[in-house]
Amino acid sequence: MQLLMVFALVCTVGSAYGAGDTMPASLTGTRGDPAHGRAIVVNRQLGLCILCHGGPFPEERFQGDLAPDLKGVGARLSEGQLRQRIVDSGKISIMPAYFRTEGLIRVAPAFQGKTILSAQQIEDVVAYLATLRD
Amino acid sequence: MLALPASADEARRSGYDFMSRATRAMQDEDAANTGMLWVKDGEALWNGKAGGANRACADCHGDAVASMKGVATRYPAFDARMRRPVSLEQRINLCRTEKQKATPLAHEGPDLLALSAYIGMQSRGMPIAIVMDENTKPFLEAGRETFNRRQGQLNLSCAQCHEDNWGRKLAGNPITQAHPTGYPLYRLEWQGVGSLQRRLRNCLVGTRTQAYAYGAPEFVDLELFLMWRANGMTLETPAVRP
Ligand code: HEC
Ligand code: HEC
Ligand code: HEC
Repeated sequence: MQLLMVFALVCTVGSAYGAGDTMPASLTGTRGDPAHGRAIVVNRQLGLCILCHGGPFPEERFQGDLAPDLKGVGARLSEGQLRQRIVDSGKISIMPAYFRTEGLIRVAPAFQGKTILSAQQIEDVVAYLATLRD
Repeated sequence: MLALPASADEARRSGYDFMSRATRAMQDEDAANTGMLWVKDGEALWNGKAGGANRACADCHGDAVASMKGVATRYPAFDARMRRPVSLEQRINLCRTEKQKATPLAHEGPDLLALSAYIGMQSRGMPIAIVMDENTKPFLEAGRETFNRRQGQLNLSCAQCHEDNWGRKLAGNPITQAHPTGYPLYRLEWQGVGSLQRRLRNCLVGTRTQAYAYGAPEFVDLELFLMWRANGMTLETPAVRP
């Protein structure tokens, strides 16, 4: 019984985009660009983040309130945790998995087989969120 | 003047309840409600002869104020010949093709919107009253399934927004409970009148989900589920939404 549980744990953490709590390795092998990351986060068509989240973006009048404010999120979560949250939190949540193409149904033709953000874009977003420390 | 849509059930709220005072005023005053222009066009179409039969809707149905009263509260309704529920738009087109011997009106075209707004208007202020019988039930369940199913690139179900998060804001817009209380309606964003299926397409596009064609069975089932879910709520056609 205990062995089975350990096995299950190893499987989840071990799977590439599984439902672990943290994903320490960069998807691209390099660090992202925080300035690009900010632009993605506030872009309603690209990052979509501020449809649901509020955050320290004083120039953006219309922000969502369905999700935690992103202010200070870089102090609350490690880079690995931020990456995991965006790639695929594995939680039952309205937050989309940004680096997933499987297990989705009726995806509009223009988006089929594509992830919401690219590996590079996700690294940029992670690098930006990590700067939100207060 | 239309009284505030008061739902029998306190927990359920119409989209009207989430609107600004200015947008509500537009709906409340017929003179300010742009949707009334479509109603006027619908009245003219109702009385105009059309098709190979050269008959007007009014030739058979008489004054719509009496004959169409309450009709829109019951649609989508089960049609024995089609063996499935049909939307009000489809019901109108059945009369177009079978009774008037005319070509069907295009979905989302001005004439079908005008006629459905005119017929809908005859039920304004009445409670939505979808009849649920054994024939209709499987279609209701199909609609409910679609409502609760996560789909699209964003992997979101209708319920995740409209049941779990209503009252919260999506990029500044309040998320409503998705009760189809006022269709067809004038939407400021559209600068025109649109059907419920047009609104549903907007939500599908927003979640990057493959949309259904207008009039597709899946769409009618979803519409049926939404109307049934709003049973007892007041019909506001032609409503105004932001
Ligand atoms: C459709 C709504 C939605 C969108 C779009 C969305 N999120 Fe989220 N997000 C949520 C919700 C709801 C939560 C909280 C529940 C959870 O943990 O999943 C959350 C949680 C988070 C968290 C954890 C916050 C904390 O304080 O623990 C981070 C970080 C995050 N989101 C970042 C992002 C970024 C970056 C984007 C855009 C690339 C984004 N989200 C887009 C809904 C959304
Ligand atoms: C030749 C007579 C005739 C004409 C013309 C006609 N209808 Fe009908 N309509 C009927 C009959 C009869 C029914 C009852 C169902 C059936 O037999 O198809 C009906 C049913 C309906 C219903 C459903 C009523 C309900 O209680 O569910 C609507 C709505 C309707 N017609 C609208 C229209 C419109 C709009 C037009 C003009 C575009 C029109 N009809 C033209 C004869 C007609
Ligand atoms: C990401 C959140 C989200 C999802 C998922 C979503 N919607 Fe919506 N929906 C909205 C928003 C925002 C509006 C506009 C608010 C309003 O009604 O003014 C809206 C409006 C509506 C309305 C109009 C209500 C009115 O008062 O006229 C209906 C009906 C509706 N949605 C049904 C659906 C259905 C059915 C689905 C699933 C196929 C769905 N929505 C999926 C966010 C969503």
